[in-house]
Amino acid sequence: MTDEVRVYVEEAPGHRREVIAPTDMGLSLMEVLKASGYDIQATCGGMALCGTCHIEVLAGPALDEPSDEELYMLESLPVMSQGSRLSCQVRVTSRLDGLVLRLMPQQA
Amino acid sequence: MNSISTDICIIGAGPVGLFAVFEAGLLKLRCHVVDALPQVGGQLSEIYPKKPIYDIPGFPEVLAGDLVSNLMRQIEPFHPTFTLGERVERFAKLEDGSFQLFTTDGTEILCKAIAIAGGLGSFEPRKPAIENLENYESGKGVYYMVRDPETFRDKRLVIAGGGDSALDWTIFLADVAKEVTLVHRGTTFRGAADSAEKVKNLHDAGKVRLVLSSNVTHVHGPEQLEAVTITPNSGEPETLHVDSFIPLFGLTPKLGPIGEWGLELEDDAVKVNTVDYSTSEPGIYAIGDINTYPGKLKLILCGFHEAALMCQGAFKYINPDKKYVLKYTTVNGVPTL
Repeated sequence: MTDEVRVYVEEAPGHRREVIAPTDMGLSLMEVLKASGYDIQATCGGMALCGTCHIEVLAGPALDEPSDEELYMLESLPVMSQGSRLSCQVRVTSRLDGLVLRLMPQQA
Repeated sequence: MNSISTDICIIGAGPVGLFAVFEAGLLKLRCHVVDALPQVGGQLSEIYPKKPIYDIPGFPEVLAGDLVSNLMRQIEPFHPTFTLGERVERFAKLEDGSFQLFTTDGTEILCKAIAIAGGLGSFEPRKPAIENLENYESGKGVYYMVRDPETFRDKRLVIAGGGDSALDWTIFLADVAKEVTLVHRGTTFRGAADSAEKVKNLHDAGKVRLVLSSNVTHVHGPEQLEAVTITPNSGEPETLHVDSFIPLFGLTPKLGPIGEWGLELEDDAVKVNTVDYSTSEPGIYAIGDINTYPGKLKLILCGFHEAALMCQGAFKYINPDKKYVLKYTTVNGVPTL
């Protein structure tokens, strides 16, 4: 019984950094990534409005389906892939353990 | 020209900007509030008026919209004035240390101090990452929004994007421009279903060209835009001669013109001194989500505190010779100006 999960951030091809995230604080993945020193602006503070916390899920457990709000925002971004998510909309729960992701490049 | 004279000009009519009117009023300072949005309340009114907020002291739960109405009631005795639907563009500092501000619509505001309470900033078009794209801005062929459709009459256009505005402008400009090509990264559109249907029909009728599963990857031209390269997710890129390229990828909050004012910035926020939330320019203050300092928390309640301290600083800036005495509203009763 543990209250944390491990997610892996692919910082460069073949180079993954482990990030340990608590599951008992109701955090979003965006908050965890920001707190781990990643350069995420998250201008809107987590309301799926700015698209600056865009990540791509590369491997790992299946996540809950994105909401319409999130999909709408993702769809409007210049770059989007199959694994695109807004990290502010992904809750850190025990189901996230083993997730592999990368930060998507920011557009101006 | 519309000209307004006040003590403090507050840029941003969100909760923090509104509460600053109250704190300024206690010090007998008059305020004028400017906001780019057509209504007061900032994000609270624009984005989440029906969402409950739980961390306003004294309110176990309050709807964002109600908090804004209450703030408006609270500042009413101080008779603030408003310019809504206009964005402050630039400022000039006058010899006596006061300021002159100008909005997009030509309103002039004369004030003794400025409080920037701009929140997320203003919503600006998102620009795709295409090399040299910025070289073709300002009338050289790349447009991030359609201000006047006549600009595109009888022109050859490429529009990029998959949202409502890309679909709507494709439909509208099909009748105005000489050629319209819509490039969309995906194969489906999340915009309004009937708009997507209309675009498909226009494509079938040969009125617009729809290029799916593709991106605009390069822009060309010595001075003026002459061509763009469209690269499909799989297959050979194609270069198309065009007069204009219109990427429509939605809006994202940006610092906006305030970012060009020469104030010290950090991570797209205005750096302040937490003694009085003053910026690097004497007489200009920044409060709420738009500022940054060690330990900054983007909370409404922190913005309220910042507003109170900011007004102290502004009072001293405006009245260097007067001594300020802290007054309690419990002692002095309903405050007025």
